[in-house]
Amino acid sequence: MTTPLLEIRELSARYGHVEALKPTSLTVAEGELVTILGPNGAGKSTLLRAVTRLTPGPGAILFKGRDVSALPTHKLSELGIILVQEGRGLFGEMSVRENLILGAYNTGGNAAEIAARLEKVFTLFPRLKERLDQKAALMSGGEQQMLAIGRAMMADPKLLMLDEPSLGLAPRVAAEILETLGELNRQGLGILLVEQKAPLALRLARRVYVLSLGRIVAELPSHEIKSHHDLTHYYLH
Amino acid sequence: MKSSPIMTLPITTSTSAGLPWRQILLAALGALVVVFAFSANGYVVTVIGFAAIYALFCTGLNFFMGFTGQASFGQNAFAALGGYGSAILTADYGFEPAVALVLTMAFSGVVALIVGYPTLRLRGHYLAMATFALGLITYEISINWTDLTQGYMGYSGIPPLGIGPYYADTPKQQLAVILILLALGVMAAAGLKNSRFGRACRAIAGSELAAGALGIPVARYKLVSFVIAALYASAAGSLFAHFVGFISPEVFGTAMVVQSFTMLYLGGIGTIAGPLIGAVVVSLLPELMRGLKDYQTIGYLVILLGILIYAPKGIAGLLDRLLPKREG
Repeated sequence: MTTPLLEIRELSARYGHVEALKPTSLTVAEGELVTILGPNGAGKSTLLRAVTRLTPGPGAILFKGRDVSALPTHKLSELGIILVQEGRGLFGEMSVRENLILGAYNTGGNAAEIAARLEKVFTLFPRLKERLDQKAALMSGGEQQMLAIGRAMMADPKLLMLDEPSLGLAPRVAAEILETLGELNRQGLGILLVEQKAPLALRLARRVYVLSLGRIVAELPSHEIKSHHDLTHYYLH
Repeated sequence: MKSSPIMTLPITTSTSAGLPWRQILLAALGALVVVFAFSANGYVVTVIGFAAIYALFCTGLNFFMGFTGQASFGQNAFAALGGYGSAILTADYGFEPAVALVLTMAFSGVVALIVGYPTLRLRGHYLAMATFALGLITYEISINWTDLTQGYMGYSGIPPLGIGPYYADTPKQQLAVILILLALGVMAAAGLKNSRFGRACRAIAGSELAAGALGIPVARYKLVSFVIAALYASAAGSLFAHFVGFISPEVFGTAMVVQSFTMLYLGGIGTIAGPLIGAVVVSLLPELMRGLKDYQTIGYLVILLGILIYAPKGIAGLLDRLLPKREG
């Protein structure tokens, strides 16, 4: 059996006295796109934050078989575990260029490498090239999401984790964003996607974890979820 | 048909090109102040000298507060270290002023590193209070450790700036040296702001979580930023000591914190020009309003409040709005 790209074992996290994520285990294989579905407050964002140690908690995190549980966030980023946060986490007062360059922080400032990565991002999102000197805060929601994903791609991720990338976007733009993620996955990038727009996410993923009340209540192939009714069944589990 | 993964949304805004009017205006105003200083009498030279020293202090403070988004109410502690360090090394031990300035900067940097390591684990108001305590402690030490600082009596006999046979003997020569050091300090800050480190600091100011998620070592960079601010504060304290030839605890007291905050917010925090504009305006405004006699303070405060209300991002922010930066 091949070593998973990401494996978490009994990972939990709490905010004060509230255990937002109960001991949870999951895997993402190399080149796999896995979706986590769940209602509001299920612990989906907390799970991603726990994996990236933004909200540290007990449990094991293995990346390519190596235990990285004790590493701080910036060290995980250096390994290629990159999170696109809910709300995008852009630096609004900075230009598109500066946001993108910050994404390549793990290059150590290597100009040639940064330039090469920029070109890759521009191939993916040509729109960003036209907006290089614009403040991120002045962009539309769709453009901001492109920038957030583009900035994450600047880090040359091995595992890209996204927290509701379609949030607040028009349906057409959301669909295009998710389609872009699908293309990145087809190119071999491992993706862990948290998404509320279930139909879109299910189209991309082969495997789905359903999270409810801070714990995984189902793990199943995406084709087994035929309707919203199926999901509701799990949410009420 | 499968939609393309390459995303091309319609254009919703545009960029503009033109002359960099803001930079031209600021350069012209700066040149005007310098010409005015060197053609005026000794009192004006002293006022502009103080403004330049404060500008240097605020440039450092701006790096920590404006660019890195942290709060410090205690940078006066490092100015005191610089001032007393230079005074003691030159007046008591015969060090060259320039050497003393560099040595006290190094010492202040080490102190900032030691103090900052535990202190910067705090955030927001807690960090502000901890740094404020740092300033108060330094103030009390400067009063009570009389063997070292001469307490309220103050420290006199501090030589003017210089090294080897070259000394700035007149106030205008001293002002020239201070302005050169200020220019170097501002250029260094501008360079740092746009460096990889500076960008990372500004990312921390934007969101510590997002910065951390990008691989930026947030705690370490906050500490380095704190040390940079301390180096500037120390240099400003040293320059003050050499420029005036006398220091006392009040020079580096809480009033210095209030004054520097006024300059920073009035000029425009988070901008390179802001500390310079703020220092000049806050230093010169009371002098320009002497004609109001008994109403001088009221007039000064009304103008300050007016600027803060109508230009909440400071004068630099106002210029930004009126004369947008050139974009390509």
